[in-house]
Amino acid sequence: MQIRVQILSLCVGIGLLVVLFQLIRKNRLEEKYALLWIASAMILILFSVWRSLLEKLATLVGIYYAPSALFLIALFCGVIIALHFSVVISNLTRQTKTLAQEVALLRQEIEVLRNQKGKPKRSKGN
Amino acid sequence: MRRSTLRILAIVPAYNEMYSVGKVVQEILELPFPIDVVVVDDGSTDETAKVARSKGAVVLRLPFNLGIGGAVQTGFRYAVRHGYDVAVQVDGDGQHIPSEIPRLLDALETQGADVVIGSRFLGAKKHRSSWARRVGIWIFSWVNSWVLRTPITDNTSGFRAFNRRTIQFLSENYPQDYPEPESVVLLGLNRFSIVEIPVEMRERAFGRSSISPFRAVYYMVKVLFCIFMDMFKEKNKM
Repeated sequence: MQIRVQILSLCVGIGLLVVLFQLIRKNRLEEKYALLWIASAMILILFSVWRSLLEKLATLVGIYYAPSALFLIALFCGVIIALHFSVVISNLTRQTKTLAQEVALLRQEIEVLRNQKGKPKRSKGN
Repeated sequence: MRRSTLRILAIVPAYNEMYSVGKVVQEILELPFPIDVVVVDDGSTDETAKVARSKGAVVLRLPFNLGIGGAVQTGFRYAVRHGYDVAVQVDGDGQHIPSEIPRLLDALETQGADVVIGSRFLGAKKHRSSWARRVGIWIFSWVNSWVLRTPITDNTSGFRAFNRRTIQFLSENYPQDYPEPESVVLLGLNRFSIVEIPVEMRERAFGRSSISPFRAVYYMVKVLFCIFMDMFKEKNKM
């Protein structure tokens, strides 16, 4: 019974690694953002293969049926990755805002420069 | 008068306000002392930028809608970049009365404050608004007064004057969606002195108030959470 769950999670882990490898190879995923995924896949594989370690962990946290610890580990990895993305998105939002503001300021400066070129005598602070 | 030697900038955030922004700009420029007007067009789809420019304002056009906070902050960045001494924030929808600006500036000068807020609730005149709005205003007033240990009556007023030091700070730190209440807390916690003076405001003539009931509750929760978190954030090193 147990062995099937282990094979399943091993397959998921390996499958994930293959997909990640392909995505990075085709430049569709940055290495920086793949690292957490790769770490998660490796952890999953480690615990699916090394059964006694999984059982030790399960008894440690009070899980009677060891394979369900696998789900807990996968969930935990997922939460970490989602949190990481929230931080990344917040950063991107801030950068986008600053860029938009800079665009607005530069647009106006270009306008001023254009007008100066057309009419050389123009008082400052229109 | 010292006012003539200070460089003063009026920052007018406007999102689809072509019917009111022209009058706002015009009335500001008619004030009896030198003042520049910058209209921050927050990604309008109408003629806001054109109208503002034709009335003599400098127009900063954001490439897409950032929300009022991002728009006002653009104005602060402009003020810093062009070395203004004082900035006055005036809404583009026409609810703020430009002839009240001198009173904000006077308070800034005579009371030595970093920030002057024009408050609807300090004067004798009763302000009419919906009960939901009143509840919101009351909550912010209570929360902010408690956080800052000093009474602030009109936290949602966007009619404000700032000195140079404050402009510098706000150009780097300005809250996003519904920024007025949070910016009061942010300024207070960073030891900027805040003074309120009574002002009159008009009812908005054109355009829609942008908030539906559901969003109002969402903003309320969000802003209160932001204010709560501000108490634990690193204070600025200025």
